[in-house]
Amino acid sequence: MGLEALDIHVKYGQKEVLKSIEFKISDGEITTIIGPNGSGKSTMIKVLSRCLNPCKGSVYLDGENLKNIATKKIAEKIAILPQIRNLSSDIIVEELVSHGRYPHLGFKQRLRTEDKEIVEWAMEKTGLIDFKNREVATLSGGERQRAWMAMTLAQRPKILILDEPTTFLDISYQLEVLELIKELNKSLGLTVIMVLHDLNQAARYSDNIYVLDNGSICEWGTPNEILRSDLIKRVFKIQSHIYEDDINQCLYFIPEKRV
Amino acid sequence: MVMIKGRTKKSLILMGFILLFILSFFISIGNGAVKISPLGIVKAVLFQKDSVHYQVVWNVRLPRTIVAALVGVCLSLSGAILQGIMRNPLASPNIIGVSSGGGLMALIILILFPKYYYMVPLGAFTGALMATLFIYGLSWKAGVHPTRLILAGVAVSSLLNAGINGLMTFFPDRVAGVIGFMVGGLSATTWIQVGTILPYALAGMTLVQLLPQKLNILMLGDEVATGLGLNVEKTRFAFIILSSLLAGSAVSVVGLLGFVGLIVPHMTRLFIGSDYKYLFPAAIFLGGAIVMLCDTLSRILFAPMEIPVGIIMSALGAPFFLYLLRKKEAIR
Ligand SMILES: Nc1ncnc2c1ncn2[C@@H]1O[C@H](COP(=O)(O)OP(=O)(O)OP(=O)(O)O)[C@@H](O)[C@H]1O
Ligand SMILES: [Mg+2]
Repeated sequence: MGLEALDIHVKYGQKEVLKSIEFKISDGEITTIIGPNGSGKSTMIKVLSRCLNPCKGSVYLDGENLKNIATKKIAEKIAILPQIRNLSSDIIVEELVSHGRYPHLGFKQRLRTEDKEIVEWAMEKTGLIDFKNREVATLSGGERQRAWMAMTLAQRPKILILDEPTTFLDISYQLEVLELIKELNKSLGLTVIMVLHDLNQAARYSDNIYVLDNGSICEWGTPNEILRSDLIKRVFKIQSHIYEDDINQCLYFIPEKRV
Repeated sequence: MVMIKGRTKKSLILMGFILLFILSFFISIGNGAVKISPLGIVKAVLFQKDSVHYQVVWNVRLPRTIVAALVGVCLSLSGAILQGIMRNPLASPNIIGVSSGGGLMALIILILFPKYYYMVPLGAFTGALMATLFIYGLSWKAGVHPTRLILAGVAVSSLLNAGINGLMTFFPDRVAGVIGFMVGGLSATTWIQVGTILPYALAGMTLVQLLPQKLNILMLGDEVATGLGLNVEKTRFAFIILSSLLAGSAVSVVGLLGFVGLIVPHMTRLFIGSDYKYLFPAAIFLGGAIVMLCDTLSRILFAPMEIPVGIIMSALGAPFFLYLLRKKEAIR
């Protein structure tokens, strides 16, 4: 069970952005998509999260075609954090986070005690308690990112889909967000699909890595299978060296130069 | 400096708007050729059914004031909805073709088939709705993107406006009769017009009380809203039709008074913020109050001559709005 994509094709006009993508994510795993700018990562995320209808192919959640499930039902299971978000309102942090409860609320849209506790929990997890009455628009890029993160956490999904969750964050919060994701993955069995640009972080935090290049998946596997200098050279056009990180028990790479 | 934008503050502002609404109601009914005090109004309506005051209040001023209030309510709700779903401050009922569509239909009837003048409200209403559907259809391409919708709206509106101008050029002798409709006015309003607009206003007011959360979610962007389980396209379509019905019913009764739908929602937002739980009720009361007040002015300013309320709206509303805009920016 989990999330599965079969033979996905996406075209923007004449341009084929995704070509015959196959994708399988099992429950409880962290899967990372890496690839150069414009390789189709966000497009893939949009397809997986039903924001974009592929020209061909379908996505299946626990064996059922996403198209046949009510969007609210999907939202009870899948939360998404898209790459580009613009806010045209004066909403405060606490309200934004409580929108995460939307798919779980009844017709009257009242937050129950349980919902309020979850909202509080999500803000605590992301270090936002002190900001809860601030307008989101007045936060720094990193604080804002955490506020959006908190919203998806408040959704209490089974599957969390994140497009570049660490952009805008300083290294400390990058680590914190990734540790948080890992912890939720361990403690709640949360399935995570995310896009990362930092290959070392991808290697350290993922169970599986998919490499997208020019609209196709050119390689997929465990971090140890993916972090190879020939692959990195082919996809990202850089010469690099791979080392073993004994402390975190994963591979890491050091770029040398562009080729 | 931390601005406190608590719920209490918003509730207080809302109460202020309600007071203003009630006040405007009595000012509108009490002023004109005969001045009547609020107490006089209540007395006349309840106890002195054969007095002159009763005649004035019940047959002339009350329907007119009610229509003014309802028109204000409908237009400002319509604008508030559109600005939310398009996430664009320039969105207004005019953008979805309500004025141009309603206007062209009304003018076709008034100029080409003047015998059927009584069909104008129905015609304007259908014209508005058809224009909206046409614009929506044109901007559909695997979903409706707000920017595309606005651009399609501008294009279609100017096309329909060309039709309006063409009609007026070919029949210059009949133009005098349509000026009132073009600028929007409330003269000669009776209980019939109340009946025309009341169902839409009531339905609109009830619906928006049920739906503020959907709009709040939609404001977060299409993808986030989808992720939260909102059916974005369906919701947006429903809201567009709702606002077209609201604005169309207003236009069919008073003519092209679209300006209210652009400015009142903005004013409300500047006062009370963009949370639709507060914005909707606030827009209802502020919209109603402003049109009632402007209509009162239009009656008494150059009495016994009456200027169309649309002119007052624009002449007073625009400068005040600009003032608010600058003042609020200074605070930020
Ligand atoms: N709405 C669109 N219309 C046309 N082309 C698009 C559209 N969205 C994306 N593309 C194109 O599709 C390709 C893949 O875009 P996508 O956003 O998926 O890349 P990405 O891998 O997420 O890149 P990045 O690392 O920069 O976020 C790009 O070439 C982009 O120009
Ligand atoms: Mg991207």
